[in-house]
Amino acid sequence: MLAWTIYLSFLGAGALTLLPKENARAARWVALAVAGAGAVVALVGAAAYPAGSGLVTVVRQSWVPALGIEYYLAVDGISLTLVVLTGLAAVSGILFSWNVDQRPKEFFAFYLTLIGGVYGVFLSFDLFLLFVFYEIAIIPKYFLIAIWGSTRKEYGAMKLALYSFVGSALVLIGVVAAFIVARTHTGVASFDLEALAAVPFPVQFQCWAFPLVFIGFAILAGLWPFHTWAPTGHVAAPTAASMLLAGVVMKLGAYGALRVAMVLFPAGLHFWQREVALLAVIGIVYGALVALVQKDFKFVIGYSSVSHMGFVLLGLATLNEIGVSGAVLQMFSHGIIAGLLFGVVGRMVYDRTHTRELSQLELMNLSRGLPFAAVTFVVAGVASMGLPGFSGFVAELQVLIGAWGAFPGFALGAGLGILLGVAYLLRTLQRAFFADAPVSSRLPKAAPAEFEPISMPERIGAVLLVGATLAVGLYPRLLLDLIVPSVVPLVQGLQKGAL
Amino acid sequence: MSTVDYLELLKLAAPETIVVAAAVAVLFVDLVIMRDEPMRHRLLIGGAVTGLGCLVALLWLAKVPVHAAVLGGVLVVDPLTQWVKGIVLVLTLCTAALSLHAKFTEHVGEYFTLVLLATCGMMFLVSSDDLLTIFVSLELTSLCLYILTAFSKRDRSSAEAGLKYFLFGGMAAAFTLYGLSLVYGLAGTTNLRAAAAALAGQGLTPLLAVALIMVVIGFGFKVAAVPFHLWAPDAYQGAPTPAAALIASGSKVASFFVLAKVLMLGFAGVEGSGAWRQFSAGWAPLLATLAVVSMLLGNLAALAQRRVKRLLAYSAIAHAGYLLLGLLALANSDGRPEALAALVYYLATYGLTTVGAFGVLGVLERVNGSDRLEDFIGLSRRAPGLALCLVVFLLSLAGIPPLAGFFGKFYVFTAVVGAEPARLGLLWLVALAIALSAVSLYYYLQVLKRAYVVAPVAGADRIVLTWEDRLAVGGLALAVVLLGVFPSLLLSPLGAAIQVAGY
Repeated sequence: MLAWTIYLSFLGAGALTLLPKENARAARWVALAVAGAGAVVALVGAAAYPAGSGLVTVVRQSWVPALGIEYYLAVDGISLTLVVLTGLAAVSGILFSWNVDQRPKEFFAFYLTLIGGVYGVFLSFDLFLLFVFYEIAIIPKYFLIAIWGSTRKEYGAMKLALYSFVGSALVLIGVVAAFIVARTHTGVASFDLEALAAVPFPVQFQCWAFPLVFIGFAILAGLWPFHTWAPTGHVAAPTAASMLLAGVVMKLGAYGALRVAMVLFPAGLHFWQREVALLAVIGIVYGALVALVQKDFKFVIGYSSVSHMGFVLLGLATLNEIGVSGAVLQMFSHGIIAGLLFGVVGRMVYDRTHTRELSQLELMNLSRGLPFAAVTFVVAGVASMGLPGFSGFVAELQVLIGAWGAFPGFALGAGLGILLGVAYLLRTLQRAFFADAPVSSRLPKAAPAEFEPISMPERIGAVLLVGATLAVGLYPRLLLDLIVPSVVPLVQGLQKGAL
Repeated sequence: MSTVDYLELLKLAAPETIVVAAAVAVLFVDLVIMRDEPMRHRLLIGGAVTGLGCLVALLWLAKVPVHAAVLGGVLVVDPLTQWVKGIVLVLTLCTAALSLHAKFTEHVGEYFTLVLLATCGMMFLVSSDDLLTIFVSLELTSLCLYILTAFSKRDRSSAEAGLKYFLFGGMAAAFTLYGLSLVYGLAGTTNLRAAAAALAGQGLTPLLAVALIMVVIGFGFKVAAVPFHLWAPDAYQGAPTPAAALIASGSKVASFFVLAKVLMLGFAGVEGSGAWRQFSAGWAPLLATLAVVSMLLGNLAALAQRRVKRLLAYSAIAHAGYLLLGLLALANSDGRPEALAALVYYLATYGLTTVGAFGVLGVLERVNGSDRLEDFIGLSRRAPGLALCLVVFLLSLAGIPPLAGFFGKFYVFTAVVGAEPARLGLLWLVALAIALSAVSLYYYLQVLKRAYVVAPVAGADRIVLTWEDRLAVGGLALAVVLLGVFPSLLLSPLGAAIQVAGY
């Protein structure tokens, strides 16, 4: 049934292109219905998944027998978590783009194609299929940003597309090489991820194949120093696209790094473990420091994404159960929180103030003009800082504990990153919303009222995301019961393969 | 030489015969019956007869399976050649459909006759294992294509392109003939397999090396591999669009297939190796060199193009590089069936994609009068369906899944790496090819950016498509998507055919 998340998205995209004329209302509702149905399917699928039951096949069919390629969709706790995240992000993204009037049909068609590709990656257990879905997600991103974006949109879009394509080129080299080595070794042509994971690739091969594939995927996860597409891309993108970029597309990279690079080449991971962790920590601290000095509201969030994705990569590199489960939980948590932050910045604030310069926002008294936006941003901000009660806390704590076990020095660096996170979020919060400085008296008294009020779709979208982060923060077992039973055997496999 | 059973020969060569008959019929109908009819009718009737001829030949190929070789390899018919001929015929059919709005000539009969004769030459090319017939059919194809290139008589660039193509092609023919005659002189036979058998065990003697290089140079011109590519951008640019489509698709399919045969069968035993740090002399390192420079120059030069036909020409050069890699995989006889299947699949899908892209170009040229990048601005508003087809074709050329171009590349790359599986010796070539595909996305996106992102200029109205355009371009786009999503549609029968053909 979970396969319908993919089919629905693609069918919805097709249906949208067939809609008779530029009817924004119809396009919106169709998109919302499709994304909503996808999210419901994802949630029902997650609820129906018996915890701890390992890998459950959804569809398995021969696809290209000549190369042993299968159409093989399956889920475990890790992929289910991310499928649910995709469903939530997709629905809230549409709610936050309710005001798209320019070429709405195409907007939502590209949007749903992207969503379909993302679902596909999270559900694929055939390496070839996974790669196909991974690449399907590239082109819609380009068009979403280049057509509907803002600040230097064509530059940001092209940069993002080329970075993604270079990343997938690296992955493709690794995939072809791994396939041939495995086929020579076993005599069977197969792209089945489980079968490939069981192949003992020569250590020397793993030592160069792992960085190739890992970096290929991690480019999309915002691994420092390959992260530069992320801030420009996020800033250039329209609200819904930046919500998806930060919310789910960066997770594609992290997921691929875990599911393909790490699982196939555990010895390679073991060999490069320190380097990966080092890059992740640099990303955490660097992203936070740069966010601290940004003048543009959206760039702050863009760099904070780089910082928070660093936690995901650090967690993966710890190679212990608590660190890896923390990384998976952080993927979910950051997906929700980043989506919320981008929603506030892009839709609630920018679409009304038409500026993202913090120095100008200071003059607008937004806490009174847009109280709902201010409250939402405070909630999202404290969630992002990792305050207890929100999902970010549980996730980052686990990553820190895991990192402490593996490399205590790096854990300190990551802790510093959290402190810096508090600093840049408070600074932004203060300047964007609560700068009730004397300057505000220069504005006419009626200033706060001039903004159009926060609309119902925005409220629903915000509540949905806040609810998700609160639910997981207050009752982490909701997801951990899904994640941990799948992570434990995976990590044991990694540790065994590393020896 | 044994006596020939002419009835048997006619049966084996029936598809070619049908094509020739259609060529004569087109000429007759147009010159005798349709002389005074309006252009539109003449084009429609001419196209219909051409299409009918191709369809009947296709039907014959599908319905009458034969497997035989006559006159010691002068004409070899096996399921694989039937498939490749079928691909060539389909490409010709699409070219004919794109020609129905030709404004470049009044000589409808001659035009379609030349298209059909070129096709006939390609079909014979595919079917021969003999140096002589290879050369003769190569010349038949080439001569028709030279004339087609220069067919737009009022257009100076067409005449220039024709002359350039002709001069380069004549040189290439000389090289090919010289190389082939050396092979004959060394082996004493014109049959490819017999020649390889006669030369077996001698290794790469200096004279054989000269012959090999000559042959590769000659075919290098035909397939537009660097450094023999100089004619391609001008010919693509100057030739009437349907003729350029035929040069870029059908002719390429046939030339690559026969080059594969010549190297694989005729130069068996002197493969050499292009594996990293294990180079040894033979045709593999030769092809590896050509492939590397073709991929590099094709992809990098395409970045700078402002005209879409030239862009497609450089992209064709880059694709010739990928295809040369595919030939490299044939050097190892273990993985040969797979490599051959990969090559033919790539050729077929590349041909379909290219014809489709030229089809879109043709429509735009009709409306705008040129093929500059700026003419693509706002295409998604002016003709949404056409723009969508353009997306399919260009992204397939760039190798984005789930389109056919992606699977073609993937399969060729696996075959190449799989040809040297022990130490992954050929991975360096594949890594280069994949890296350069990433570069290629940039210039394809330059076109798509104008089609989708840039707002149309005021006054640009909707483009009205005729039913032939819809059928041809839409059908091709559908084929590219279908073959990409279900590669087994083509791969399974190809695999079986290759097995029966005994490679």
